[in-house]
Amino acid sequence: MKKFINDVENVENEMLEGIVLAHPEYVARVEGFDVLVRADKKVGKVALVSGGGSGHEPSHGGFVGKGMLDGAVAGSVFTSPTPDQVFEAIKAVDAGEGVLLVIKNYTGDIMNFEMAAELAEAEGIKVANVVTNDDVAVEDSLYTTGRRGVAGTVFVHKIAGAKAEAGASLEEVKATAEKVIANVRTMGVALKPCTVPAAGKPGFELSEDEMELGIGIHGEPGTERKPIQTADEIVDYLMERILKDMDPKAGDEVAVMINGAGATPPMELYILNRRVQQILADKGVKVFKTFVGDYMTSIDMAGASITLLKLDAELKDLLLAQADTIGFKMY
Amino acid sequence: MATKAEVLDFIRVYADKMAEHRQELTDFDQAIGDGDHGINMSRGFKAVMEKLPTVEDKNIDDILKAVGMTLVSTVGGASGPLYGTAFMKAGAAVKGKEELSNEDIILAFDEAVGGIQFRGKAVEGEKTILDSMIPAINAIKASIAAGKSMTDALVDAEAAAWGGVEYTKTIIATKGRASYLGERSIGHQDPGATSMAYAFQAAREVAAKAGN
Repeated sequence: MKKFINDVENVENEMLEGIVLAHPEYVARVEGFDVLVRADKKVGKVALVSGGGSGHEPSHGGFVGKGMLDGAVAGSVFTSPTPDQVFEAIKAVDAGEGVLLVIKNYTGDIMNFEMAAELAEAEGIKVANVVTNDDVAVEDSLYTTGRRGVAGTVFVHKIAGAKAEAGASLEEVKATAEKVIANVRTMGVALKPCTVPAAGKPGFELSEDEMELGIGIHGEPGTERKPIQTADEIVDYLMERILKDMDPKAGDEVAVMINGAGATPPMELYILNRRVQQILADKGVKVFKTFVGDYMTSIDMAGASITLLKLDAELKDLLLAQADTIGFKMY
Repeated sequence: MATKAEVLDFIRVYADKMAEHRQELTDFDQAIGDGDHGINMSRGFKAVMEKLPTVEDKNIDDILKAVGMTLVSTVGGASGPLYGTAFMKAGAAVKGKEELSNEDIILAFDEAVGGIQFRGKAVEGEKTILDSMIPAINAIKASIAAGKSMTDALVDAEAAAWGGVEYTKTIIATKGRASYLGERSIGHQDPGATSMAYAFQAAREVAAKAGN
């Protein structure tokens, strides 16, 4: 393992210190906790808290700021934060209007955030939650934990954050977040696995000529392993799965996110985007807005995911609403 | 029965096992999960060992609750809430006790497994902690009912727990991150069931040493 680290036990803490030192105008750390909150602290509106394991930067601390999240909780690498940490974030951002927790659909995240919500409710804080589950690679059935929450979660942060910023109630913000969740779909692919610092070795093996389709954002093995193909062929495969599930009609409008997994250069992400846009144009689906870059990474994984979000008038307005955070800006 | 000293000894022995098997549990988790079970459990029990001296003069229930709280706040993932809830529920079941009868021990195990089921919304056969825990607890109950000592009952419990671990190799995960693999999870043992089996191994060793 070759990484810029000092001590595997201290990776998350030193990263958070570095983030606050780099961006004091955006975020502040809750003293003694792995929680980043808006530098302007409590704002008189519904507050949004998200979080999860570290290793997905800029998720989630990078989306704390005007128009998106109020607080982000960072667990150990790929490990859900604990209830006491999430509880601290809820208390730090609650301005009396209630707090919406945006949880990615993982067993651990749900348990820890639910325990935190129970603690907060016991203190009289109004809490609601939504669970993102945009990954079409995983069957949503009785026989799985359900779809994983992956890069599409960033659209939930953006749009629900804009709704809250506009002064909507907790119930309204939650309803908008759920509308995004119902309309967002993602699928990913990995070319090289990632290495959790504390594990010291890659989470799975891929030979030089193989790719893992349907990869999760924690280096979980995907759903299918195949010989590597051209960028266009890979996009065709991923888009077929996404479009089959989402079934957009000609004339529908979508937002596109081509998300890098951490070790994929922008050059390759743009090559993927080219083909995505061709496919959508062929189907008569109108692209309203495109985002290309690292939004929900998996440490040093080489890979990418494609996210489509079907939009209506409300979602379009909220997507374009002003946002100013470390990792996502809309002017 | 179990004295407070034995309960404390159980926690220490189990903590040692989590440190000793850190890599093994992590390897099992890398095969079907996200590859951190051993790392998280050993971190949590290291924190428990640091906490223990501050609570060892208290009642058994306070000790178990402190262990649970420490695990909840240090393990993370799914294992933190699950193991943490188990210890907290076991503690609540033996409130005020300085010593545990066999009935107390069985009640504590029942409450612990109930807590895991509530928090994890899982049942037996889903390739989870429960697949070694439930057979082990059933073995204790059967052995005690048949007139065996707790020491002998825990020998049966450990055997049942490892039997449960073997069983997890044959089934598809339907809870937790391994469920994303579908049939590809077959052939691999569940890391959570394995770490739970070590709990019964620790209990068996402590009971044998005390000769109850």
